[in-house]
Amino acid sequence: MLRQKDMIAEHFRELARAKESGRKVVYTFVPGNLTELLLAFDCLPVHPEINALQSGMRKLSGEYIAEAERHGHSEDVCTYVKCDIGMLLKGNIGPTGEKLPEPDLLLLSYTGCFTFMKWFELLRERYKCPVAMLHVPYQADGTLEPSMIEYVVEQLRRELIPKLEQITGKRYDEGRLAGFLAASARAEEDLVWVLESAKHRPSPIDAYFGGVYYIGPLFTAFRGTQAAIEYYRELREEVAERMRRGLGPVTPEGELEDERFRLVVEGPPNWTHFREFWKMFYDERAVVVASTYTKVGGTYDRGFRHDPNRPLETLAEYCLGCYTNLNLPSRVEMIARYVKEYAADGFLVNSVKSCNSFSAGQLPMLRRIEELTGVPGAFIETDLVDPRYFSAANVKNRLESYFQMLAQRAPAARAEALAP
Amino acid sequence: MKVYVGIDLGSTTTKSVVLDERGELLGRGITNSRSNYDVACQIARSEALLDARFRLFQRGFDDCGAAPELAAALLERLRREFRRTQHLRLLAELEAICRVHAEHLGAGRSGPVVVALDEIFAALGLEADRLFRGTARPRSDFFRDIAGATYASEAERIARRGAVDHDTLLGVYDKSILQLEGKPSESLLEDQLLRAFELAGEGSDLAPATRARIEREVRRTIELPLVEAQVVGTGYGRARLPFARECIRSEILCHGLGAHATFPGTRTVLDIGGQDTKAIQVDERGLVTAFQMNDRCAAGCGRYLGYIADEMGLGLHELGPLALCGKRPVRINSTCTVFAGAELRDRLAMGHRREDILAGLHRAIMLRAMSLLARSGGVRREFTFTGGVANNAAAVAALRALVRENYGIEEINISPGSIFTGALGAALFALRAEHGEDATAHAENQTCGARA
Repeated sequence: MLRQKDMIAEHFRELARAKESGRKVVYTFVPGNLTELLLAFDCLPVHPEINALQSGMRKLSGEYIAEAERHGHSEDVCTYVKCDIGMLLKGNIGPTGEKLPEPDLLLLSYTGCFTFMKWFELLRERYKCPVAMLHVPYQADGTLEPSMIEYVVEQLRRELIPKLEQITGKRYDEGRLAGFLAASARAEEDLVWVLESAKHRPSPIDAYFGGVYYIGPLFTAFRGTQAAIEYYRELREEVAERMRRGLGPVTPEGELEDERFRLVVEGPPNWTHFREFWKMFYDERAVVVASTYTKVGGTYDRGFRHDPNRPLETLAEYCLGCYTNLNLPSRVEMIARYVKEYAADGFLVNSVKSCNSFSAGQLPMLRRIEELTGVPGAFIETDLVDPRYFSAANVKNRLESYFQMLAQRAPAARAEALAP
Repeated sequence: MKVYVGIDLGSTTTKSVVLDERGELLGRGITNSRSNYDVACQIARSEALLDARFRLFQRGFDDCGAAPELAAALLERLRREFRRTQHLRLLAELEAICRVHAEHLGAGRSGPVVVALDEIFAALGLEADRLFRGTARPRSDFFRDIAGATYASEAERIARRGAVDHDTLLGVYDKSILQLEGKPSESLLEDQLLRAFELAGEGSDLAPATRARIEREVRRTIELPLVEAQVVGTGYGRARLPFARECIRSEILCHGLGAHATFPGTRTVLDIGGQDTKAIQVDERGLVTAFQMNDRCAAGCGRYLGYIADEMGLGLHELGPLALCGKRPVRINSTCTVFAGAELRDRLAMGHRREDILAGLHRAIMLRAMSLLARSGGVRREFTFTGGVANNAAAVAALRALVRENYGIEEINISPGSIFTGALGAALFALRAEHGEDATAHAENQTCGARA
């Protein structure tokens, strides 16, 4: 945790110095991010949605959203967008208190979220800077066809790389890119190990609330860096030690002992009441053993690793495989598999009020997963960073009811299992 | 004797159910939740325990060999006398509080407000006799509503004479009733019951010997300690209850179990309370398998009806019957309570009839409930409707039509005591806690009691 804090602080210091150091700044999003490519051009990435969630956690998002609404953005618009726009309007001060540099390029890797496109249109208007759009085909049939990879690689080769060369004045160096990709793969290996440690009973980690911290470096600016390799090695050692000693996850309320419920969660956490939300699980001794949110920046546990031998193809495959780019049956399959492989007692859908593209279809998904697993699901609705949409009493009420339902079910389920 | 208590601390009303050791219903109590949950909880609980004593009187009377109709008449008189003495006691307390507020308004004891209060409380006293001794029936179970309605109409009448302002008088009531409701009762129940029995017995046709036996039975029952072996709390305010964690159950589970106990064939439950709508699926043991609740917005719940009633200047109980008279329901689109109020005024202005608008409103509520039911897994046979809104005939009619259209199911289970379903479930959990066993086994034996 401390190491991660240092890494982030250093990154924002670099960003604040970008104009002096001459490094180019690229705004881009987590799903389908091309960090290694940016590093190969010595660019510094900024992730607006990460800034938004950081603002949410630091209780600033309400104010930023209000600012965006004063400028005419509707109440129903994605709150990440409004939070980011509001932050911009209020001086663009980043999460560490330093001013963020303006972008030299807006790089949109389109992986399933239509709003991202509109978001960058708004930023383009403001910053008057170039935009590069990488169109990643949606995995509508749940398969990744070679033609899709070729299509993305073509765009990388013909549009994105020339644009990066133009902006940075540097030549594309594939050998350098391959070096970063090899480093990514090493960190990815350790991240997967950490996430899968939750199969152990008791789980040494919380793969949702804690998972957010574990995915942090790899999903943002640090994939392909030495710092990430070290971070994940250390994390893996720590988790292995907890597992060896039979310890539960670390939470803000202390260590979670005597794990009572094992859950799978779909959807991002609420950021404005992150700790309060987590405590509702902690109080019930519920551990999240797997989550889909920790796959939005890459589905590494499905076997994908960045491959230095096929640099552009591997980036294309990475973008295509992000959780946000998967169709509903693939999402269902993934959650159902988690329920089984992680021996979960239940699963929860945390639906995001202001995210239509991701929330659509979540109820039918829930039903289907129930059918496939025989495990009951729960459904709650909160929001990303709009504090007005987190009704603590309601959420707690739903969760308590759900946990009591699982507890009530447990003896019955055991009896059924024992029946001849 | 050991009793098991369930308390459902709802957003609008607080309910309590008392069961005996066999899981049979002994008593039920209800009060408005007011701003003080602790007091509401205490009152609902003591009401249920009191109701339990009446049920025990009845059991005792049956054993005394009294003719059933005479015993029943005596019990009814006893109940009404007791209600009357309680009502009069509350009136006296309310009057004292009102006078303190009135005197603060100036001119001391001879001020116009104090003089007006003399008149108002005289009328309230007469009304109590009419309600509890005559043939009239109180329009509500709550002192606040009964006294409030008469107070308001008397205040209006007096204000028309010009000596004192209507709003001032209502202000005194509003302040005083809140204060009264926040105050726990102090008088001794035993004394009140005995006094009520004396009054009820006057003019009874029972033979002296039987009457003596009954009187002994009444004294024995009054003195019988009711020991609360286990208490389980549920409902919105459950976190406020001073109970151990294991004595608090989610209202989803309680409603599921309560509905199953009342109608054992239940598979789907719809509960519409003050601010919650719950769609619950249960298995053959009453165990919840899936549920959905309204998120973020409580339009379409009981409070919504309360708001609409206020908007139309009607009592909550008048809404349903009026809506049933609607011939051509007017379509109401708003999902927001406040906007629905505006839409309602708009429709009135356009010349639509009140009953048609109300019929439309009831349908709008049920459309929202249907969506929640669908989300929870649909409606399966048997379908049980619970919560305060289940007492509204127009709501039931709208629901019936929609369930028929969408699921082809005709029958809806509704118990007259449906508002107590959550508290019944909680009481069953209390029984289970005592016996350290699965509540569902007991639930199979509850049906008769709960249907009363």
